[in-house]
Amino acid sequence: MPKASQAQSPAIPTERDDDDLTVRVRGFTRRFGAVTVLKDLDLDIAKGEFVALLGRSGSGKTTLLRTLAGLDSAKGQDVTTPDARAVVFQEPRLLPWKKVWHNVALGLRGPDNRERAEAALEEVGLGHRLDVWPATLSGGEAQRASLARALVREPQLLLLDEPFASLDALTRIRMHALVLSLWRKHAPSVLLVTHDVDEAISLADRVLVLDEGRILADERITLARPRATDGEFQALRERLLRHLGIERGQEAAQPPAALYTFPQGDLAAAVA
Amino acid sequence: MEFPLKRSQPDHSRPMSTVTIDRKAPFSLPRFLAGDGRWISPLVLLAVWELGSRLGLISPRILAAPSAVMGALWSMILSGELLSNLAVSLARSGAGLGIGIVVGSGLALIAGLSKVGETAVDPLLQIKRMIPILALTPLLIVWFGIGETPKVLLIFIGVVFPIYLNLFSGIRNVDVRLLEAGRSFGLSRWEQIVHIILPGAMPGFIVGLRFATGGAIMLLVAAEQINSSAGIGHLVNDARDFMRTDIIVVCLLVYATLGLTADLAVRTLEGRLLRWRPSLINA
Repeated sequence: MPKASQAQSPAIPTERDDDDLTVRVRGFTRRFGAVTVLKDLDLDIAKGEFVALLGRSGSGKTTLLRTLAGLDSAKGQDVTTPDARAVVFQEPRLLPWKKVWHNVALGLRGPDNRERAEAALEEVGLGHRLDVWPATLSGGEAQRASLARALVREPQLLLLDEPFASLDALTRIRMHALVLSLWRKHAPSVLLVTHDVDEAISLADRVLVLDEGRILADERITLARPRATDGEFQALRERLLRHLGIERGQEAAQPPAALYTFPQGDLAAAVA
Repeated sequence: MEFPLKRSQPDHSRPMSTVTIDRKAPFSLPRFLAGDGRWISPLVLLAVWELGSRLGLISPRILAAPSAVMGALWSMILSGELLSNLAVSLARSGAGLGIGIVVGSGLALIAGLSKVGETAVDPLLQIKRMIPILALTPLLIVWFGIGETPKVLLIFIGVVFPIYLNLFSGIRNVDVRLLEAGRSFGLSRWEQIVHIILPGAMPGFIVGLRFATGGAIMLLVAAEQINSSAGIGHLVNDARDFMRTDIIVVCLLVYATLGLTADLAVRTLEGRLLRWRPSLINA
């Protein structure tokens, strides 16, 4: 496992040994009926590497994550994943009938479940909410509890399926910082599935763009964290957006001010 | 890196500020009648009924006066007649309800947890549902005579279906995303059933239980019309033969009380078993 200082900017050898890999996928194809979702896909994730997976809706991101999570069968295909893996879903998916710490301890075997769950909840800042019902948690708290539930399993592979998508902007910023600090501390390999290009660039070591079942781009990011959003960040952002089918200037085609402009000329005359 | 999240969230475990109610609000008759005055109309009805009886407008053969009903109730309690017959009725409905809950839950688990089970069990119960339960009474009497067995069986048959149907749909409506999460955390099938499916189906079961207890009391009334030699229904039959409307009304009160008690019991159970529900947390 890399230490925190190495995780900051991991040294990635050009020729990687399979022993350094957490995930190894070769020629993976996934079909649903007549639709091919993933086509002859190769993917390596190194130990301790933080990979973001971008893609439009329907690009196969979630299918890939589910395969790596073992939720979809990959029988007969060349897919290697560690046994210790955990998923944080887009919705927290806490069991409403179990107190928060019971949710975190779900499926743990051993006598010290409560202590382990407590420690994980402390780590995400929920040490004071151990014994409450999930329904009393805010959206951000519930998602942190779900992060604690993943972490308590000490995963080698942490799979994040758009976990910040339904949080408000401020909570999302805090969650980003939290995920980064936990990743530095525990150094699992992370696969973050997201729609959000900025999120991908500010968090990950590597950003993959998935399109029509193939990996279209594989960008390594060497910027030091926390990442300033100028210069190289912008160049990278534009490049990734282009891969996602969005050209420069297109993302804000309608300047917000135009929304408030009072009708003028012919239209104003017509109204009058 | 400094951890930025600690203690930034409001502590919801502390009580919120209490709302003070202005108790010095001036009395308002319309508001009183609209809100707190719910008990007034029943009292007026009772008073009119009592007055009508005293003035001889309502014959005791048609309907005994409320005071006479209370007198009958008191003397039946003193003689022990009421309690001994109530015990018999309670034992009947309790036995029918108990067996019905166990069998209904068992069938729902079989059908809910496996496709094969559903194929085997569900058609039978759907057929049974199409037959009005009371229509089975003659057959039950032919098979089992007029003893306790047909009475308990009638209640049992009436209880099985609401329990089965609601628990079955409760099991089938458990959020698949929760099951998937459980699977991703390595829960075995058995652990999924214990930790996810059964608690998730509990609200459905409670709904079934509410229908079942209501049904059990209704069927108790019907079952006790079958030549009973003891029970509340037996008291009613005797009272009918002697035109004792006071005793009949006492028995109606007892049935109503049974219904209320059963409902209260289910509510209490619901409060305990479903205390994780948001509506109950905030209540």
